[in-house]
Amino acid sequence: MLDHLIPILATTMAAATPLIFAGLGELVAERSGVINLGVEGMMLIGAVAGFAAALHWGVAGGLFFGALAGVLAVLPFAFLTLSLGTNQPATGLALTIFGIGLSAFVGQFFVSQSLPGLRPLDIPLLAQIPVLGPVLFQQTWVVYLSWLAFVLVAWVLARTRWGLILRAVGESPEAAHAIGYNVTGIRYAATCFGGAMAGMAGAYLSTVYTPLWVQNMTAGRGWIAVALVVFATWRPGRLMLGAYLFGGMTILQLHAQGLGVELPSQLLAAIPYVATIVVLVLISRDRRHLLLNLPASLGKPFISH
Amino acid sequence: MQLIEARPNPSRVMRWAAPPLAILLTLVVAAILFAMLGKPPLQAFHVFFIEPLETANGWSELALKASPLILIAQGLALGFRARIYNIGAEGQLLAGAICASGVAIYTDGMDAAWILPAMVVAGAVGGGLWGAIPAWLRTRYQAQETLTTLMLTYVATYLLSWLVSSPWRDPGGTNFPQSILFSEAAMFAPLFEGLRVNTSVWITVIAVPLFWLFVSRSFAAYQLAVGGEAVAAARYAGFSASRTVWLSLVVSGAAAGIAGAAEAAGPVGQLTLSLSPGYGYAAIIVAWVGRLHPLGIVLAGLLMALIYLGGEAAQVSMQLPAAISWLFQGMLLFFLLGADAFVDYRLKRRRQAAGGKE
Repeated sequence: MLDHLIPILATTMAAATPLIFAGLGELVAERSGVINLGVEGMMLIGAVAGFAAALHWGVAGGLFFGALAGVLAVLPFAFLTLSLGTNQPATGLALTIFGIGLSAFVGQFFVSQSLPGLRPLDIPLLAQIPVLGPVLFQQTWVVYLSWLAFVLVAWVLARTRWGLILRAVGESPEAAHAIGYNVTGIRYAATCFGGAMAGMAGAYLSTVYTPLWVQNMTAGRGWIAVALVVFATWRPGRLMLGAYLFGGMTILQLHAQGLGVELPSQLLAAIPYVATIVVLVLISRDRRHLLLNLPASLGKPFISH
Repeated sequence: MQLIEARPNPSRVMRWAAPPLAILLTLVVAAILFAMLGKPPLQAFHVFFIEPLETANGWSELALKASPLILIAQGLALGFRARIYNIGAEGQLLAGAICASGVAIYTDGMDAAWILPAMVVAGAVGGGLWGAIPAWLRTRYQAQETLTTLMLTYVATYLLSWLVSSPWRDPGGTNFPQSILFSEAAMFAPLFEGLRVNTSVWITVIAVPLFWLFVSRSFAAYQLAVGGEAVAAARYAGFSASRTVWLSLVVSGAAAGIAGAAEAAGPVGQLTLSLSPGYGYAAIIVAWVGRLHPLGIVLAGLLMALIYLGGEAAQVSMQLPAAISWLFQGMLLFFLLGADAFVDYRLKRRRQAAGGKE
């Protein structure tokens, strides 16, 4: 049993990594009061940009240019919603549709190419621990990077002045504005961070996880990341938990037939999406708990007078 | 950082000028894009927007594509007015196509006049049920319909994929994941000899005035609009919020389901994985560009159908990928939302901007 379990858990870590990057980025944006439904589109743009860059500069270059492309992709969204006060869900949807088109358009040049991928990086000593070693410490460095991103985001949000200002902007933009903070500027920064993280998540998929460019390769992961932020009730720790649960679901689904589950593979593949719905229902039932954590200004445009 | 301030009154001019302005801006960016790709923009526009309309076949294809887009967008617009954001029309379309195809597959070889109407009803029921799930989740558990409708689209895609690769796969065909070709009784008849446009466009032609009547005359539509504009007022007046959710999601789901049935029993003629070229998503943009107005949606639907046709033409004669139409759709929505901002806002005057804080 353990022989089965270790590879399943180890691959779960890899499958959860893009959800962690994209989810953390969206979490920060939403904490500042901006809901961006363009994650799927930004991930796709990041995936194709990252793939192109990785052909020359390896995975590190791929992740960097993926993040950069994510920022560039989110700028029209940020300008429209923050400077012009447009409807955030609709603008995010436009970004996703635009991203699907742009990535497919650029991606046509990379369809038949492939990348070598990335070797795992064993962490000395820790990698030798039974069970935990192979699961946690024989991963690629990008997985470790996702942990670092989590620690940084959690720390900045909870313990630093920046985090306090960001949360204040999300809770009460009028008050933050009255004290003299530049609400729109802070939201620009948070939204761009979301773009960078989504772009990096996409680049991870195309340069490490797959590693290929395929049209629409994110397959809804951007939307799942948005749902995870709700599931996490806007808290980074719970986001990690959610990402690993969903990562696990995608992997289990691949192993299910080996484990004796007699369901056709196409129906098993639908499980993560059904699970997202179930999880949303479970978390939304308790309206009071959700409202308690919801950034009060989420989705509402702020136009100063 | 902020360039705008509220207008004293919403601008009527901008409300009407925004869609043409957005279309114009999209064309300008498209021209730049074509020039960068080394294709002369005027020639590209000719390929995109003129060539498809030079033949009878082109007009037939335009009607064939505009029909589902308009039908779905009419349903979506009902919900959007009430701020119910059903973005999973693609899944409801597939659910409708699956149910309609079920009727066609199990009646294969029969020749009865009721088969085609039964397929349309099955499509409406399938799409309506697929829309009813998020309505139930929203009213019973308050789960956001944006995410649930979208997730159900993926579920519908995998359900379709399973059906056409196992139980409903054409036993006599190759290993390709697709159903049998429907028999004549399960197909919409062509309107003209030799052209693909078929009698299913009558459904849209009849639906548009019905939607228009419903929106402009009925009390239920008034409740929908009030529910979207002023939640508290709607509650005070005793309008049920959950009825609004059910009505918008089930009606838009059923409309998308009928469109799916018409695709399967029309141009496609069987159940396949590539049944819909993203009509469910494009219809969201059609609804917005059409100002959520039944007649505006007709114009926007025709425009979007032309973008689809142009995309296909550009693929053949200019070797551009078909996904380019998604790119233009996204840009169009971006520009429309941007132009729309100027209905309620105007640019800050320099004098005031200098005196203000930002």
